Amino acid sequence: MPVFVAGVGVISAIGNNVAENQDSLKKGIHGIAPMAYLQSAHRNRLPVAEVKLSNDELAQKAGLSNRISRTAMLSMIAAEEALADARLPLNTALRKAFISANSVGGMDKTENFFPEFSANFHAGRLRDVVNHECGSITELVARKIGFTGFVSTISTACSSSANAIFYGARLILNDVADVVIAGGCDSLTRFTLNGFNTLMILDEKPCQPFDENRRGLNLGEGAGYVVLVSGKIAAMLQRKPDVQLSGYANANDAYHQTASSPDGTGSFLAMDGALKMSGLKTSEIGYINLHGTGTQNNDIAEGTAIKRLFDGHYPPVSSTKSFTGHTLGASGGIEAVFSVLALQKGCVFPNLRLETPMKDLPFQPVTRFMDNLQLQHVMSNSFGFGGNCSSLIFSKS
Amino acid sequence: MRELISITSAVSVHRGQIVHNGKLVFEEKEASAGQFLLSAYKYTGAAYPKFYKMDGLCKLGWIAAEYLLKDKSANSLIQDFSTGIVLANRNSSLDADLKYHQTVSSIPSPALFVYTLPNIVIGEISIRHKIKGENAFFIQDAFDAVFMEQYVRILLNNDKLQSCICGWADFLADDYKAVLMLVEKNKAGIEFNAQNMLTYF
Amino acid sequence: MEDLKKQIIEQLNLQDIKPEDIGNDQPLFVEGLGLDSIDALELIVLLQQFYNIKLVNAEDGPKVFHSVRTIAEYIISHQNKND
Repeated sequence: MPVFVAGVGVISAIGNNVAENQDSLKKGIHGIAPMAYLQSAHRNRLPVAEVKLSNDELAQKAGLSNRISRTAMLSMIAAEEALADARLPLNTALRKAFISANSVGGMDKTENFFPEFSANFHAGRLRDVVNHECGSITELVARKIGFTGFVSTISTACSSSANAIFYGARLILNDVADVVIAGGCDSLTRFTLNGFNTLMILDEKPCQPFDENRRGLNLGEGAGYVVLVSGKIAAMLQRKPDVQLSGYANANDAYHQTASSPDGTGSFLAMDGALKMSGLKTSEIGYINLHGTGTQNNDIAEGTAIKRLFDGHYPPVSSTKSFTGHTLGASGGIEAVFSVLALQKGCVFPNLRLETPMKDLPFQPVTRFMDNLQLQHVMSNSFGFGGNCSSLIFSKS
Repeated sequence: MRELISITSAVSVHRGQIVHNGKLVFEEKEASAGQFLLSAYKYTGAAYPKFYKMDGLCKLGWIAAEYLLKDKSANSLIQDFSTGIVLANRNSSLDADLKYHQTVSSIPSPALFVYTLPNIVIGEISIRHKIKGENAFFIQDAFDAVFMEQYVRILLNNDKLQSCICGWADFLADDYKAVLMLVEKNKAGIEFNAQNMLTYF
Repeated sequence: MEDLKKQIIEQLNLQDIKPEDIGNDQPLFVEGLGLDSIDALELIVLLQQFYNIKLVNAEDGPKVFHSVRTIAEYIISHQNKND
């Protein structure tokens, strides 16, 4: 029983909707720049990939109060776009679910509240931190878009929204839901920036994924959602979906809290599992959207896993984090949307700023936008802290 | 025909007590959360220095898993990717978040930052017992047994996994509660369903 | 070096270990104390917090943090520079 993708929605450093993102990807315009919105001591040192809208502007777009967490606003905008894109029938009683992932929750508001509050327990607006925890962000958006049938929040770091997507697929396959909006969101916060800085995996220049001399990642923010429907609902839609989620898998690397095993065991198991589920051969994958963060560790682990699994038949690969930065909890969702677009438009996105291919890998990412391709199947990888590795495969219906 | 799915081992760690399969196996009341977990660790007799570096949630989950799998690790049950882990909690990694946040004003601590995600506890359990199967972490208001039963059944019925560790692990300040259950196919045990899971809470 | 050992034990949460358990030339990583990459980062924090020394290149880590002696030598040579 297939699961169809009926709609997509995205907001990131390279665009505030699907069309803008697509345009930037095609033109090679990335969103990594000096910090403009976040207040941080690292402002002049660390480039980031912020969504190019202030909280006030986002609030207006999202139809939410500007006192609401930026994470929720980003989530709202992308989820609404996906929903509109799906053009669901209005007069059918559908069992709806909203599965959203994030890692920071309402932290952006909390970290502004905290210093005032620490100094003086009567200071600070308590209402600002009411939506601190991850689940609140999801519930808030679920209520606004009317998808309150079944709501769940997944928090597994960088693989969160990929996990949300295949969890959504399971709800459909097990006849628990008819339509699921699934994906994730995250906004840039000092908490995350300082944390990643202390792990010394941030690049002080725009990142260079899969480059021999890569220095680390750039943090980003955004949200990405897909609308998943069953075959029955797909048949009812005005615009018949042309993409399916045909395979997915999740595995644990069981190696270290934040580093990947050098031979990429977890990555290998996730990709292999997704292929087995879809029944596809490695040679049938037309493009891999890499997790490709640009850290020394991830890229060699992921690259090694691909080398082992695809063994000589390497499809075009690229990391769109070279455009959007690493959007953490949103990355699986945003990159799922990009993978769907790649399939629909028959194109492959470039891996920007590649200068020296990694010497230990027998393949390298593509560096130019290519279209007019006959793509049937696209794979998207998302590997998170805690050893949580996920891989999704989208196919043309 | 539905395969037999059973809970073959269950551990609860709460209010100074560790109960394994209905038996009280360790107790230290009147101790703070930190002291209790440390004592419980020493009592297991395990030599695992990395335990000391873990945050409260990970220590809690690690200890619960240690008892849960006590009689199982010798068994070839736990193999690579046929065992999965699905956990949920209410407070995410808030305890670790707060501790980490305190260091941000001086020098942020990498060792603390590493724990500011709830699913790291799954990572720690996986590393300890070499478990590589599917894993997920959910944030819920309270343990949703119906949800958990459904999720784990999907994984076991579709042959994604042969066994699964599932349950709840929550830690905040001095409040902690972990209930871990080992769910296996075609083994003797208590029938796996929402009602039976709730009896451990 | 004795003070350094105490600081290392405290910073890295090595609760089961006493200063006398750490040899001056004993390898700290992989074998020996079996420290990992996060411990290396914490040692970088230690240098900054207690000795005001910033290790900018994470790649220098393995050399500097090889043993207590190499750390002590690094501190002595770089503290003079900071004055």
